[in-house]
Amino acid sequence: MSVARHWRETPGRYNLVGTKCGNCGRIYFPRRSICPECRRASFGKMEQYMLKDHGTVFTYSVVHEASADNNNLKPYAIAMIRMDDGVLVTGQLVDVDLDKVEIGMPVRAVLRKLGDESHIATINYGYKFVPKDK
Amino acid sequence: MREVAIIGVGITKFGELWDASFRDLGIEAGLKAMNDANLTGSEVDGMFIGNMSSGSFIAQHHISALIADYSGMASQNVPSTRVEAAGASGGVAFRQAVMAVASGMHDIVVVGGAEKMTDVSDEAANSILDSATDQQWEAMFGATFPSLYAMIARRFMHEKIATREEIASMAVNSHAHGALNPDAQFRKAITLDTVLRSSMVSDPLTVFDCAPISDGAAAVVLCPLDAAKKYTDRPIKVTASAQASDTLALFQRNDITTFGATAAAAKRAYSSAKIKAEDISVAEVHDHFTIEGIMALQDLGLFKKGEAGKAVKDGQAAIGGKVAVNTSGGLKARGNPIGATGVAQIVEITKQLRGDADKRQVKDARYGLAHNSGGTGSTVVVSIMEAL
Ligand SMILES: [Zn+2]
Repeated sequence: MSVARHWRETPGRYNLVGTKCGNCGRIYFPRRSICPECRRASFGKMEQYMLKDHGTVFTYSVVHEASADNNNLKPYAIAMIRMDDGVLVTGQLVDVDLDKVEIGMPVRAVLRKLGDESHIATINYGYKFVPKDK
Repeated sequence: MREVAIIGVGITKFGELWDASFRDLGIEAGLKAMNDANLTGSEVDGMFIGNMSSGSFIAQHHISALIADYSGMASQNVPSTRVEAAGASGGVAFRQAVMAVASGMHDIVVVGGAEKMTDVSDEAANSILDSATDQQWEAMFGATFPSLYAMIARRFMHEKIATREEIASMAVNSHAHGALNPDAQFRKAITLDTVLRSSMVSDPLTVFDCAPISDGAAAVVLCPLDAAKKYTDRPIKVTASAQASDTLALFQRNDITTFGATAAAAKRAYSSAKIKAEDISVAEVHDHFTIEGIMALQDLGLFKKGEAGKAVKDGQAAIGGKVAVNTSGGLKARGNPIGATGVAQIVEITKQLRGDADKRQVKDARYGLAHNSGGTGSTVVVSIMEAL
């Protein structure tokens, strides 16, 4: 993917910046330009909202067959995290013993290097999750 | 609205077909279907083609024109439209054709579905399949397509909706049926142990929980029901074809143990067919992953939530069980050339309702259902066919 395609999404990828609907107060991640509940009534009222960086593991899997960009990481844990703000976010779980991952485990978001696109001279960064006390 | 009938079906063998090109496959299925409908070709006035990703798999876009051209339809300038909805491409193409005939815009429509997946490496094919997820917020962050279903399976087990063994039994059921289908990619029955002990793809799902990479094509011919007897003495009625959408990314949903789009499409289909789930005797459900098939059986109302896994394990989805599920072998054993799959399901249901299914024939089936899903249930089509 092009550099610009990555750069456009850096607030979300680096800082978990999503959106809050100014009409109903619902929080969305990643950013949306309208609220799916309020639709027209939310237009022009969507505000930037930075998620709190803590949450718990909602579900997870250990990936053994990865895409080319993540091949050097396998096996690795992927998880859906229930963030303290209520929304779900999908990301990798790192700095963790793969046998110790479990549903309900408290985690926090950190900024790490994402999949390797070195073939187009791009290094991408984004959130991953680590056990809360790490 | 006019009532619509299926008057012809055609399908290629599914598998790693090194000697067949995309256009070879598309034409073979189309010609078989036209031949089955006793058409010369001059009657056809519309075409719809389901295809997920020819641009990535064979670097060829505009396959609607390609198929029209090589099937001899370009010489009479038949309009041809390619439809993409990831895994649901074939089902959506079918539904577009049903609407075209029902509305009166077209009279004789050929629906094709085709995918040529083995001209790229398995790794490249898997990356193309990952693009059915949210590329920017799932795949980019390390989620593979199987891993999303693995995370659904984990929730199923955690919430005690189905056990690991019950989930795996979906593959045993599909393989048992695939062994009876001469066109299937895998024609070998397997045991629960085969599924549980094969190599891990994304924990807890193994290779045998996942449908293979396949080449293949399928086609059906539609016309108004009141004209169907001109072409065949065994028309099958399309009683309903309903479609629904959901969020692209799985993490945008609160509950991942049900697919809202499957439930919505099923509700619309039963309502338009004026039947209940209990009236279905044979069903082709989208089992790209075992867990997806188990979940579909619940969301379609064929089994209650929390009971589908046990029912499949107990043989209730086998031929002769409560409802015969994936008599073709399903995506798992028949094979899953993505764009062809939704059309192949219609072919199988038509064969069953005509009584043409040979060793895998379900007795006295009146209603058959096809469930075709794209991504993580982001687009779903449920179609119901009726024997007359
Ligand atoms: Zn709102």
